[in-house]
Amino acid sequence: MVEAISNGLSGLAAGTLHLHWTNPVMIAIGCGLLYLGIKKDFEPLLLVPIGFGCILVNIPLADVMGEGGFLRTIYDAGVITELFPLLIFIGIGAMTDFSPLLQNPVTFLLGAAGQFGIFLTLGLALLLGFTQLDAVAVGIIGACDGPTAIYVSSQYAPHLLGAVSVAAYSYMSLVPVFQPPIMRFLTTQKEKNIIMSNKGIKPVSKTAKILFPLVMTICGGLIAPMGLPLIGTIMLGNLMRESGAVSRLTKASENEIANVVTLFLGLSVGATMAGDAFLNPKTLLILALGFIAICLDTVCGVLFGKLMCFLSGGKVNPLIGAAGISAFPMSARVVQREGQKYNKRNYLLMHAMGANAGGQIGSVMAAAVMLSVLKGMGII
Amino acid sequence: MSVTVEAPMPGKILAIKVRAGDTVKEDDELAVLEAMKMENLIYAPAGGTVKEIKVEAGQNVVTGQVIFIIE
Repeated sequence: MVEAISNGLSGLAAGTLHLHWTNPVMIAIGCGLLYLGIKKDFEPLLLVPIGFGCILVNIPLADVMGEGGFLRTIYDAGVITELFPLLIFIGIGAMTDFSPLLQNPVTFLLGAAGQFGIFLTLGLALLLGFTQLDAVAVGIIGACDGPTAIYVSSQYAPHLLGAVSVAAYSYMSLVPVFQPPIMRFLTTQKEKNIIMSNKGIKPVSKTAKILFPLVMTICGGLIAPMGLPLIGTIMLGNLMRESGAVSRLTKASENEIANVVTLFLGLSVGATMAGDAFLNPKTLLILALGFIAICLDTVCGVLFGKLMCFLSGGKVNPLIGAAGISAFPMSARVVQREGQKYNKRNYLLMHAMGANAGGQIGSVMAAAVMLSVLKGMGII
Repeated sequence: MSVTVEAPMPGKILAIKVRAGDTVKEDDELAVLEAMKMENLIYAPAGGTVKEIKVEAGQNVVTGQVIFIIE
């Protein structure tokens, strides 16, 4: 009887007795992510479930990521199958208005320039000894797009999924912090003060708005077939939005589906952050390279903006180049605020939105191109 | 000499921060314009007296639409 009670009580202590040093560290990191999401409002929709998933997976003996564990079930259902990021992309497409890009198509070039950070960081990762597929997963943090980063890393470097996702979402929320100093450093006072008028920008026809996602899907898919799931889903969402014919599906995509999938995806990503896998020097290197990738995106975007300024005879304010990343619409708002700091008469928002929308497509195309090139090389 | 203050982009006037007859200085805040789900301040391009307010809060405006006349 006493022995039975003793054995029962020891079962209650088993979790604590099996704690490895990495577990409390990761639990603290999970709490840190919760703090960033709840208190600091840093991408809370993702960081809260990621943080909580991280805490759950680091409680010993609970085995939530083991065979039959509930997080394993969710992970296998939506991350291994790549379903979760693609479903979120449908919602993102349904929420995105590409009109500023269609009204000012040249800003699409800024969206392309803003992706160079991905490729530069990929090269840097290769130089630092990462394998080709790991380097791709690290470079894709520069896409500044959570679903794209998760899609690529879950498929080709699943052991890096936790680090890549945390880096991607954390740095996205820090865009208003690290972009302004780069913008200030790279532009002259004269360039900062360039006023870009919104007069003469014509509204986009409904036909154009409907044709755009179709053309992007077909052309993008033909150029980079490996990225078709990414391009196709964001454009499906956008087509549903612009057609107006399936408003119930559009609303469900941007609300119920996106919210449920975001919750499951966040938990799944957090569940990959087991201490023994996450706590190693490679993770710190990934976080550092991810930061470099997004900074390089901003640098390349602003430098391309300076080139456009030169070629246009001073009509383009290079600051809008910083919006050529996929952090939509946050980056465009950063550009608007920065532009008005130097000239209160300057309203760069519409132009920056064009670049930002271009960046959203650019990041998807960059991932698609990378994957298709890897496929062509026989690596995947 | 009159100065017109026009909407810099399409959006909705969320708030008017002055009244007709108010004296304003250059760069004083005149109104809040919501565009692309962002609140943007509209500033006085020159000092003077607000002669006329051509819009009201809650109204949608287009690029170039006159919002204020300052004398």
